[in-house]
Amino acid sequence: MEKILFIAHTALDGTLPKAAREALNAAVSLVKSIKGATLSVGLVGKDVQKAADSMAACDAAQFLSVAGADFALSRYASDAAAFEALARKAGASIIIAPATSRTSRALPGLACRLEGRIDTHICGLETVDGTIRVQRWYYRQRMLATLTRSIRPWIMLLDPGIWPPFEAEPAPVRLEPLSLQLSDNCKRTSVTGTQAASGTAQTIRPDAKLLFVAGAGWTKKQADGQTHVKEAEALILDFINQAQASLGSSKSLVDQSGEGQEVLPFLSHMNQVGQTGSTPRHPKGLATCCHGEEPHVVGWRFISERRAINLDPNCGWAQGKADVLYVADAFKVMSRVNELLKQRPAP
Amino acid sequence: MESLFHIVVCASLVPDPLQTLEPVPGPALKNESMLPSVLDPWAAHALYEAAHLAKHNRGSRVFLVSLAPKLKLQQLMMSIAQKVPFELVALDGPAGAFTDAYEVACVLADAIQKIPGLDQTRLLLFGGCASASRDAGVTMQIIGEKLGIKDQFLAVDELTIQDNGALRILERIEGGQYLVSVCQGPPAVLGWATGNLPEPPNNPQVGMANMRGIMPALQKAPAVKVGAQGVDFLSLELPKQQRQTKIVKDLQPFEIAREIVDWIKS
Repeated sequence: MEKILFIAHTALDGTLPKAAREALNAAVSLVKSIKGATLSVGLVGKDVQKAADSMAACDAAQFLSVAGADFALSRYASDAAAFEALARKAGASIIIAPATSRTSRALPGLACRLEGRIDTHICGLETVDGTIRVQRWYYRQRMLATLTRSIRPWIMLLDPGIWPPFEAEPAPVRLEPLSLQLSDNCKRTSVTGTQAASGTAQTIRPDAKLLFVAGAGWTKKQADGQTHVKEAEALILDFINQAQASLGSSKSLVDQSGEGQEVLPFLSHMNQVGQTGSTPRHPKGLATCCHGEEPHVVGWRFISERRAINLDPNCGWAQGKADVLYVADAFKVMSRVNELLKQRPAP
Repeated sequence: MESLFHIVVCASLVPDPLQTLEPVPGPALKNESMLPSVLDPWAAHALYEAAHLAKHNRGSRVFLVSLAPKLKLQQLMMSIAQKVPFELVALDGPAGAFTDAYEVACVLADAIQKIPGLDQTRLLLFGGCASASRDAGVTMQIIGEKLGIKDQFLAVDELTIQDNGALRILERIEGGQYLVSVCQGPPAVLGWATGNLPEPPNNPQVGMANMRGIMPALQKAPAVKVGAQGVDFLSLELPKQQRQTKIVKDLQPFEIAREIVDWIKS
């Protein structure tokens, strides 16, 4: 009989993050698909009651918590200790969690402590003939595997954006708090805050409907033999602000900052998509001035509708990667796009 | 104030990203032994950051611990050795994606513990935040646990040594933000993202110095067994990525702009 534990941490405001509600939905579905399986919930945060209440309808047999100021912020030592306490108390054979930066860092350590195994970046979860199967990508989204494991505990980190979030009316939940005293050894690290990756603009919007990818062509010499980096900067920022798009970049463009070339100042490696960047999930993607093939394809794997603007019709983008390729000067097109958006603001 | 660090970088090789990959039963990659390899990109950033840190903290040492087929590792060293100074600790075993991170972490942790003269109180354990092969992002944390290190950081882009020897670390978190942490000092695990350093240029002198240690390290590399105990790969497939691209050549910019805006709003 599988004892399934759903683990999550709260956001700073005490609510359950969207990624956690998505993973909870997957956990609830999994429990229903396995005969005799039980569900427990384990929450970590400063105050988790509000989050627990929002999950009242998930039919968990117990709601465990490790709460307090020591567990408000993301720190490996305290997170790993909290998750370990929850897992041991629940006696879980399967542990499901959303893939957040916090769980992605701490849960591998938990797998080691429990002598279990862990799979990350899970994008599919099902039961076939009583056997749990997961799907995940290998080689940076270039190969999709379906696998199962016999070793328990089996920890699963579920990628966000796959399952619909768990939605139900909140109701009071009786929490079972676990007492956990952290040793000084677990407090050698202090979290002092957060800061934006680039100082001039907030350009990464994970929930945006559109990903705008800027390629190195924006900083190259244009038809007049000159570069127009300032103009490119203004066009791109104007567009992503008006369209409320998220900004991605090719590796070659962000690398220019390390090579002493003129750069777009609001770009950092955080914007980079592809082999050594992120593989974001957005319904639509618009690539401009990008070249290259396989590394970019990786970055586009989870973009549903793709369009590109490029001067080269034979670019790798054109060959089966984008739905539409506009062979045109991106400076001219985006300038007109921005004018139109001013007249007709994006929804 | 300068500090003295023993920086262990865990890094292996992966197929060149421009290669076409095809799975075969096993699972494995078709012609895996023939595929050109590169140093795992995020781990490479970790190596460059390690060398940079060691350069600015005299007396520090950089160890590169690598699990890979010995012959492929030797080929890779011909290029990597010219980048930055390091001492190689080689393990002869599979480097593909389909081994389990837990088993890999166990042999790496064991090898690290056996490094002669390694001072664990000065240890900074570096690696990539994930590999470009398995892409699990868990190996570094498990090694850290095996070594008893409770201060761990993932997706690191910046490490600054403060005047009091504390480590100020920026980790990538959601929404394009960095989490800013201060750790009292080593030992610590840092799984690097891209960091801030460009790839160092080749330096033949560094290469010559490195090769004196690399060849003996390769010769005495122990064969290790790693697999994926308890894992059953049920299927492995390539995504259907081909799209019927409509190439639009003859529209004016304002017409294209109108199409794009209509599409964005649809």
